[in-house]
Amino acid sequence: MNAPLLQMSGIDKSFGGTAALRSAELTIGRGEVHAVIGQNGAGKSTLIKILTGVYTRDGGTITFDGKPVHFHYPREAQAAGISTIYQELNLIPLRTVTENICLGYEPRKWGMIDWRLANKHARELLARFDIDIDVTRPLGEYNTAIQQLVAIARAVSLDAKLVIMDEPTSSLDDREIAILFGVIRELNKSGVSVLYVSHFLDELFQICDQVTVMRDGQTVAQREISDTNKLNLIADMLGRDPEEIRAAGMTDFSAAQAKTGDVLLEAKNVATGTRLRDFTMRVHSGEIVGLGGLLGSGRTEAARALFGVDDVTAGAVKIDGKQGAPANPRAAIGQGLSYLSEDRKAEGIIPHMSVRENVTLALLPRITKHGQVETKKERELVERFVKSLGIKASSIDQPIRELSGGNQQKVLLARWLATEPRILILDEPTRGVDVGAKLEIQQIIRGYVEQGIGVVLISSEFEELVEGADRIVVLQDGHSVSELRNPGVTENALVKAIAHHYADRDAA
Amino acid sequence: MTIDPITAPRRWSLPKFDLTTLRQHGGLAALVILLVFNLLVTPNFFELQTLFVNISQVATIAIVAIGMTLVIATGGIDLSVGAVMALSGALAPLIFLSPFGVANPELGLVAAFTLPILAAAAAGLFNGVMVTFLGVQPIVATLILFISGRGIALVLTNGNLQTFTNPAFSFLGTGRILGMPFQGWVALALAILVSWMVRRTVYGRHLLAVGGNEKAARLAGAPVHLVKIATYVMCSAMAGLAGMIVTAINSASDAARNGLLMELDAIAAAVVGGALLMGGRAPIVGAVLGAIVIQLVKFTLLANGVEDEVALIAKAAIIIGAVYLQQTRSE
Repeated sequence: MNAPLLQMSGIDKSFGGTAALRSAELTIGRGEVHAVIGQNGAGKSTLIKILTGVYTRDGGTITFDGKPVHFHYPREAQAAGISTIYQELNLIPLRTVTENICLGYEPRKWGMIDWRLANKHARELLARFDIDIDVTRPLGEYNTAIQQLVAIARAVSLDAKLVIMDEPTSSLDDREIAILFGVIRELNKSGVSVLYVSHFLDELFQICDQVTVMRDGQTVAQREISDTNKLNLIADMLGRDPEEIRAAGMTDFSAAQAKTGDVLLEAKNVATGTRLRDFTMRVHSGEIVGLGGLLGSGRTEAARALFGVDDVTAGAVKIDGKQGAPANPRAAIGQGLSYLSEDRKAEGIIPHMSVRENVTLALLPRITKHGQVETKKERELVERFVKSLGIKASSIDQPIRELSGGNQQKVLLARWLATEPRILILDEPTRGVDVGAKLEIQQIIRGYVEQGIGVVLISSEFEELVEGADRIVVLQDGHSVSELRNPGVTENALVKAIAHHYADRDAA
Repeated sequence: MTIDPITAPRRWSLPKFDLTTLRQHGGLAALVILLVFNLLVTPNFFELQTLFVNISQVATIAIVAIGMTLVIATGGIDLSVGAVMALSGALAPLIFLSPFGVANPELGLVAAFTLPILAAAAAGLFNGVMVTFLGVQPIVATLILFISGRGIALVLTNGNLQTFTNPAFSFLGTGRILGMPFQGWVALALAILVSWMVRRTVYGRHLLAVGGNEKAARLAGAPVHLVKIATYVMCSAMAGLAGMIVTAINSASDAARNGLLMELDAIAAAVVGGALLMGGRAPIVGAVLGAIVIQLVKFTLLANGVEDEVALIAKAAIIIGAVYLQQTRSE
């Protein structure tokens, strides 16, 4: 057996006296796909940032490609053959695909850039991954998946030996994920290793060879993927007994217990544009209605229509017996709606503001006297939610940007629960959130449903939908095509419902 | 200031003087350096007279900088403040020197105080509507009045210097209460009022939310357009007030010079004071501090016989320094 490509051992790192890593280990072999998993705050990103030269380590050794290394700047790591594909891609959307791939390393002829050669080079590189696109078009014209693959192609063209992928699939649909996995396998064949960070455990079993589990700044396990299962990995991450977790259940929305009541919301043949064309659903008090479908099927657009973000161009919406969709989010909140949006960073948090200010943002009109915020009332209310949702922050005045993803999500959930909604629309409420926080969020939501609110749940995880929702409205290309009713819905049934209608369409 | 729990030292230690400290208190540090320098070098600096001269000069910069800070907090910018100053500064004497104003001195005076502010507010409304409903970039939208506002003022006055004698109106720029120039009190009162507004009112919360993350603010029910328009209106109204003060100080309105380059002073003061050009922060006290720094630089160079042109370079250096600190701060 060859010496491993990367060996990090005894890595220590602390920030102002708080240990973030305590003799953490990571060993990656040549040509393998190696997953690093752990809850938010377990030290994954700190470990990776030390590897890529963003942070300097306090102690420990790193051996890369047979040599001890100590990177001080990301550029040094890149020069040594470590490329990182970030969640937020650092590419230039207005420039062409070729320019993005060759930027800084353009082939030259007579002192000028040889575009013919550069384009050829870019095309060949992408062809290796079975991608055939016009490389002279601006990158921004292609979807996220292609952009991600271009970022990978760039890394490969720079002779990367290790490619780090941070949540690469979080904005991809199934077909795009399949392409990405194809690319990863192609990378392995040519001896390139991949360090893969993901919250989606299912993916690890499809694509990874090895997995390193981290908890509280330490490496708690390294396992061969083929020798383990999901339950064991979760147990490792949480530091609990697998049997205990099995008993608790993986998803805790535990549907179909609640009694459903009056109709709270009704949408009939609603359209807002090309992405939402014909959407019909009904939500009763005390039930969770799931919206199923592939990415781009119109789930988020449906939520935006109900909440008054996008104008309804056709169809009818009835809320609490009142005809008409809300004119804007402000009106929607006034009518008892809440909408936890999909993109926490772009549409959720106000980064400069404190936890307190973020929680009460949607509630301000109700804790105000003569235009002035009643700070005492505000503090009491926020303290109460921080406690009941288990939000971990040093104080309610801590800026929200300093919190982990799961805690940010809980703050946003608190923002919407604080408005005491009758109808709560949740768009991917547990995405990018660690397993522990996920369970907690699901329990909180179920608690509110039992008190009689209606929930619209959007999730890309079939498991969450199938186990969480009382009914699932299946969407496809902006049309609501069918409805599944719990108990009795299985993941297979949901997949079939989606696929079935696709088959119908092809036939028609 | 909130303390980052991760990087905060756990044990007691002397405050370290490093880049972080400088970033947070850059404006204050500049102020201290300027004061010490002046005490050592400038003759007659440590005198009440000097203080009051500086206060009467800094008030207009501070008032405009406060409004500018609010606009910057929305993620915008207002280039039209100097032109709006010229406009309101030209309007006021036109009103009390008009036949109506001469016939009804009291009513004329009331009108001379209120109408120019309303005209300035209307200019702000124009800016706000351009930015929100028409979706024009703030720098372009306010450029329209930056160019045409002063033109209107010049047309109103036929391009002439208008001198007048009106003690009641001139009190705005030359009056004193407890020895301090009246406009100093006005600036102080505005600073306190607007600080309270930013910190404690719903408008203030919405302002910072809109500037911090507009999409999120809209989804959380903040009236984004209304907040922005109100902010441009307030900024213009404050500029209008400053324009009247300048006219009152000079007992003359000079549409060609009133408020000239004020937009740059105000932006510089806001940035030195810690405003983020991408929005989301509105440090009002900082803006006043920034205005004082700008004024002190002008005064220091003037008092020591340095040419005006060189003073401009010094101002530029301060802005560059402030922006540099801000760039490193965002990490």
